[in-house]
Amino acid sequence: MSQFLEMGGYAFYVWSAYGVSTLVLCYGLLRPYLDHKKTLREISLKRRQHKRDLND
Amino acid sequence: MIMKWLHKFSSPPYFYALSGKLIKWLSVLLVAFLAAGLYGGLVLAPADYQQGDSFRIIYVHVPAAWMSLFIYMVMAVSGTIALVWRIKLAEIVSVCSPPIGAGFTFLALVTGSIWGKPMWGTWWVWDARLTSELILLFLYLGLIGLYTAIEDKRTASRSVAILALVGVVNIPIIHYSVEWWNTLHQGPTVTKFDKPSIHIDMLIPLLNMAIAFKLYFAIALLMRSRNELLQREQNGRWVEEVLEGK
Amino acid sequence: MAISMHLRAFGAVIVRDLLLAFRHKSELVNSIAFFILVVSLFPLGVGADIVLLRKIAPGVIWVAALLATFLSLDHLFRSDYEDGCLELILMSPHPVSLIVLAKIMAHWMLTGVPLTLIAPLLAGMYGLENSSIAVLMLTLLIGTPILSLIGAIAIALTVGLRKGGVMLALLILPFYVPVLIFATAAIDAQIAGFPVSGQINMLLALLALALTLSPWPTAVALKMSLS
Repeated sequence: MSQFLEMGGYAFYVWSAYGVSTLVLCYGLLRPYLDHKKTLREISLKRRQHKRDLND
Repeated sequence: MIMKWLHKFSSPPYFYALSGKLIKWLSVLLVAFLAAGLYGGLVLAPADYQQGDSFRIIYVHVPAAWMSLFIYMVMAVSGTIALVWRIKLAEIVSVCSPPIGAGFTFLALVTGSIWGKPMWGTWWVWDARLTSELILLFLYLGLIGLYTAIEDKRTASRSVAILALVGVVNIPIIHYSVEWWNTLHQGPTVTKFDKPSIHIDMLIPLLNMAIAFKLYFAIALLMRSRNELLQREQNGRWVEEVLEGK
Repeated sequence: MAISMHLRAFGAVIVRDLLLAFRHKSELVNSIAFFILVVSLFPLGVGADIVLLRKIAPGVIWVAALLATFLSLDHLFRSDYEDGCLELILMSPHPVSLIVLAKIMAHWMLTGVPLTLIAPLLAGMYGLENSSIAVLMLTLLIGTPILSLIGAIAIALTVGLRKGGVMLALLILPFYVPVLIFATAAIDAQIAGFPVSGQINMLLALLALALTLSPWPTAVALKMSLS
C-alpha cells in the first residue's frame, strides 16, 4: 500500500497529475449537470411568465 | 432505412429522450473502463526500468492528448456536415465539443508538464509538439470565445464551423511533429503502422483509459447537447412535456 | 467578357481603398510607428549587447511585424461596415472573394510593404549583416501577405462584434505561428551560413495556400457577420 502511495519517490508528480485530471474531468461533468437544472428552471419560469402575460 | 433512422434520430424530442437513456448506460461503462484502466495502470503494470513509477502519468497524459486531437476532428467533421447539409444536430455537436476539447488539451499540457519535470528536468520546453498542442488550446479557446460573442446562434455556429475547418491543419502538424522535427518529446509508440513498441502489460491499461476517455467525451457531449437543444427549442411543445415529466 | 469586368472591379477596389487610406494618413502611420517603437524598445529592455541583439533580431522584428499587422487589421473592413458600404459590396454582381482579395491586397500595400521597406533600417540597428537583412526582407515580403490574408478571415468573423479585440488575438495567433517559425528559421539559417531555400520554399507554399484558400472563407464569414 505504501509502495502504491509513494510511487517510487515520484508521489508528488504522479498524484498531482492524477489529481488535476480528476478535478478537471469532474468539473467537466458537473458543469453541464448544473447547467441542465438551470436551463429547465429558466425555461419553466419563462413559460409561467408568458402564460401570465397571456391571461392579462 | 438509414435515412428514416437518421431522420428520426435528428428530431429534437427523440434525441433528447434517447440521449437521456444513453447517458445512464454510458456512465456504467465509463466507471467499468476507468476502474480497469486505473487499476491496471496504477497497480498491475510493472514500473518502467528507466522512469520508475513516474511513467504511470502516461495513463492520463496520452489518452488526454489523443482526445484533444480526436475531439477536434469530431468537431470539424460535424461542423462541415452542419455547413453543407444544415443538420441541426450536427451544428449542436460541433458547438458543444470545444469546451470538452479544451479541457482535454489543458490536461494533456498540464500532465505532460508534470511528467516532464522528473523526466526531462524542466516544466516546459518549446519543442514542436508541445508548442503545437498549446496552439491547439488557443484554437479551442478562440472557438469558445467566438461562439459566446455572436448573438444569433445560427450565425455563431456557422462561424465556429468555418474557423474549426481552417484550423484543421494544426492536427496533422501536432501528430507528425515528433517525426518531422527533432524534438525532446518521445516519438510515436502506439499509433504507428508497425507493432506498437510498448510492453503489452503497459499497453492494455492505456487502451482501457483511452476507451474510458472516449466514453467520457460521449457523456459530456450528450449532456451539453441536451442543454443546447433545450435552449434553442425553448418554445417547442416537446419541451413543455419534458418540463412536466421532470 | 465578364472576366474583364471583374478585373476592372478588382483594380477599382484597390484604388478606392488606397485613396481612402491616404485621406486618413494617420491610420497608415499607426502600424508603422508601432512597429518601429516595439523594435526600438527591446534593446532598451534587454541591454545593448550587440551579440545578444543579433541573436534575437529575427524573432523580435518578426513578432513586432506580427503585432503591427494585427493592430492594422481592424481597418480592413471596419469603416466599410460602419457606413454600410460592406453590405453594398456584398450585393454587387462581382464575386465577393475577388473583392475581398482586392481589399486585402490594398491592406497589404499599406502595411506589409512599408514594414518590409523599413525593416532593413531596424535590422541594421540590431547588428545584422547585409545578407541576413536581405533574407529578412524576403521573408517579410512573402510573409506579410500571408498575415493579411489569414487575418482577414478572423476579422471577417468578428466584424459584427463590438469588442473583438482579445478574441481576435486568440483566433489569429494559432495561424500566424507557422509563418513566424519558418521566417525566423530562414533568417537564423542565413546568419549561421546555412542555405535558406527550404524555409523560403515553405513560406512560398504557405503564401500559395493562403492566396487560394483564404478569400472564400473570408467572403462567407462576411456574409454571415452581416446577416
